[in-house]
Amino acid sequence: MTRLLPLALLVVLALLPLGLKDPYLLNALITTGIFTIGAMSLNLLLGYTGQLSLGHIAFFGIGAYVSALTSLGFDVGLPFGLRVTHEGWPPAAGFLLAVLISGLCGYVVGRLSFRVRGAYFVIVTISFAEVVRLVALNWIELTQGPLALTSIPFMTLGLPGLGEMTFKTKIQNYYLVLAVATLSYLLIARLVGSRFGRAMRGLKENEPLALSVGVDATRTLTIAATVSAAMAGAAGSLYAHYIRIIDPDVFLFSYTVTMVIMVVAGGKGTLIGPVIGGLIFGLLPVALRPVMAPEAQWIVYGATLIVILFVMPRGIAPALAALGLPKRAPAAPKPEPARASS
Amino acid sequence: MLEIQDLVCGYGQVSALKGVSFSVGQGQLVALVGANGAGKSTTLRAISGLVPARAGAIRLDGEDVTKADPRAMLRLGVSHCPEGRRVFPHMTVADNLAMGAYLRRDAAGVRADLDRIYGDFPRLRERRAQMAGTLSGGEQQMLAIGRALMARPRLVLFDEPSLGLAPNIVEQMFSIIGAVRNAGVTVLLVEQNAFAALELCDHAYLLEAGRVAMSGKGADLIADPHVRAAYLGG
Repeated sequence: MTRLLPLALLVVLALLPLGLKDPYLLNALITTGIFTIGAMSLNLLLGYTGQLSLGHIAFFGIGAYVSALTSLGFDVGLPFGLRVTHEGWPPAAGFLLAVLISGLCGYVVGRLSFRVRGAYFVIVTISFAEVVRLVALNWIELTQGPLALTSIPFMTLGLPGLGEMTFKTKIQNYYLVLAVATLSYLLIARLVGSRFGRAMRGLKENEPLALSVGVDATRTLTIAATVSAAMAGAAGSLYAHYIRIIDPDVFLFSYTVTMVIMVVAGGKGTLIGPVIGGLIFGLLPVALRPVMAPEAQWIVYGATLIVILFVMPRGIAPALAALGLPKRAPAAPKPEPARASS
Repeated sequence: MLEIQDLVCGYGQVSALKGVSFSVGQGQLVALVGANGAGKSTTLRAISGLVPARAGAIRLDGEDVTKADPRAMLRLGVSHCPEGRRVFPHMTVADNLAMGAYLRRDAAGVRADLDRIYGDFPRLRERRAQMAGTLSGGEQQMLAIGRALMARPRLVLFDEPSLGLAPNIVEQMFSIIGAVRNAGVTVLLVEQNAFAALELCDHAYLLEAGRVAMSGKGADLIADPHVRAAYLGG
């Protein structure tokens, strides 16, 4: 079941637009997909290393701004009379730069904070997000500040066999997001199952023991933060070229909270958990909107979260996995005398 | 093989080791016994590089390794089997064993060692896909020993392998540790279960308040009136 569920979900999501023509719902699915990629990237850190990044939206927002500015071009003055002028590049280059620069930011934040972990990392990431938000708000020459970057071009990709493709319609963007989400899922699955993945999980489960078998904690956590931030940056780039207008509000703390909710409710430390949590908490507001007043929507949203965590403290995915197992593991038989190492 | 000279270590203001000296010969099984807080675990942690030494020297085959970190010590063939939570509970038995070979790059050798450990501990092979946290205490300790051996060590440091195990399993654990030594791996064993450790070992050191209070063959310590009164219950 744990093997079939992701595949079944992918098939359903791939076929969904065939029967669904409502642009409002399609839009909700696309933004949900983008935030689900963010949630998956957060899960790599929170779920597999146990480090909570409460400024995760910063990497998302940096990806969005980098991608937008790369494709729009800019002309800014720097101290000492320097000027940097950049003509717009294709959005695909923006996407790649977004991944690179967000990843680099993740590396720097990781290097700075992983010598002392836990609460210290939480504080560094919150502060980092706030600093980046203030820069986006006040460096008006580069970011237009609260006036927002507008007319961000559509994503354009040269696809083998299909030629140049511009992602203008919702259907096109839907499949673009689905493709990036699937790739992110596969990348995380690959990482977690690798030697590196064992090191991450080992550190989370029993750090002294992980150190004693030779895991380099700082390095492992820094790599995890780098990959996680790069993936969040990819989501941010998709967001910028889909919404086509971004302002400093992309750095709001509440978006990080949304991602944390998606990960924790879905099941942190599981591959499919953030996807389930992402779909539920991404689409819940859309489902509630037609049937109740805005205040009531948020109450139901919160109540749903509480009920999920009350009934399934470890999240939805682990609860589903437990359904497939017998209620109680058979009692362990007495260990037989073992011959020792020869 | 291993030489400890005037080792001083501590946490904060307190020195847990106040100048410990002893040595472990190639192929020997050496026991460190003593009361709680005597500095036994700290000694092992200092050797494997988990705790820095404040003074003194640690030498492995004559080379100074006082400042080596755990990764360097593993590469030199020293594997530490720490006390307390012995396994990664939410990882499978197979993943736990793979963690033991974390620094090794010889995939074929790792596979061969894994087969050998599964051969020695059939129980682990049966349960290789199971989460380590669901194993019994004895099985978890077997897994911890298997993991330590996956590093293909020349010297293994065992910290309280019998702690918290049922008496019949304890006996089995000591026979496994004896077999590890018989297979040619040097063993440094820390135990509160002093009698069993002294019976098994080639040589023993008694630690008291951060110093070596006595040393000799296991049988000599068992026969000593002070040891009998303080550690063997009369």
